[in-house]
Amino acid sequence: MNHYIQELEKIKKICFSNEEQLDVAIKTKRYLDHNFGEKINLDVLAQLQCTSKYHLIRVFKKYYGITPRQYLINKRIEKAKIILKSGKSVSDTCYTVGFESLNSFSNLFKAKTGKSPSMYRKATFDKSKNKI
Amino acid sequence: MRIKIVSLPVRDQQKALDFYTNILGFVKKVDAPLGGGNRWLTVVSKYDQDGIELLLEPAPLHFEPSKVYQDELMKAGIPYTQFYVDNLQEEHERLVGLGVEFSMPPKDMGTVIAAVFNDTCGNNIQLVEEK
Repeated sequence: MNHYIQELEKIKKICFSNEEQLDVAIKTKRYLDHNFGEKINLDVLAQLQCTSKYHLIRVFKKYYGITPRQYLINKRIEKAKIILKSGKSVSDTCYTVGFESLNSFSNLFKAKTGKSPSMYRKATFDKSKNKI
Repeated sequence: MRIKIVSLPVRDQQKALDFYTNILGFVKKVDAPLGGGNRWLTVVSKYDQDGIELLLEPAPLHFEPSKVYQDELMKAGIPYTQFYVDNLQEEHERLVGLGVEFSMPPKDMGTVIAAVFNDTCGNNIQLVEEK
């Protein structure tokens, strides 16, 4: 067993020995991965894992380093980039990835990517057309 | 400021290009001569060709501390760089079938599964699947 594997064993013992908590975090992440386009709030997430909202936030942040809300926003923006690149309109994209307000979608998108959704669409969709 | 290029020291740029494209499946992005047989050589993921470029740079051949650092990481089994895959078990089987040597087969690490292989160019590389 080399040095790296020994270190991983130590980390695993320290960080991942609570299987119950780990299960809550992983199941919540998977739910967000598959349902990001739906209306999701903390009450729903906590209910699904039969736990409290506060416990859920704490456990999720412990294993993923960000809150479920931050994770969901990142997931939605990441998917929005793919959809905009395919040429879909900004408003269609906004609702497809689960945002309810065009304004908050545009603000978050710009904050995360440095470009507005329409600028991003123009830059990436035009580029993919030119490649063809 | 944006992250555009991440460097990976390699012992032989041509051998590295072959391994990273033919075995791992990356795509060559830039290949420009730098003199003295050195190249500015980058590869990208097939699925994100406008994304971050991996620079296969020959530092261990020209800068002794780089070689020493790379050798020590290799001896300790420490991966310098990691790539993400959708299905690690499948990718592990595919790479083993192509003769790639793993110092760590797929291992459960809580929120992820990880494995480490030798890239034949002086580096341990970690593959990760998110659960």
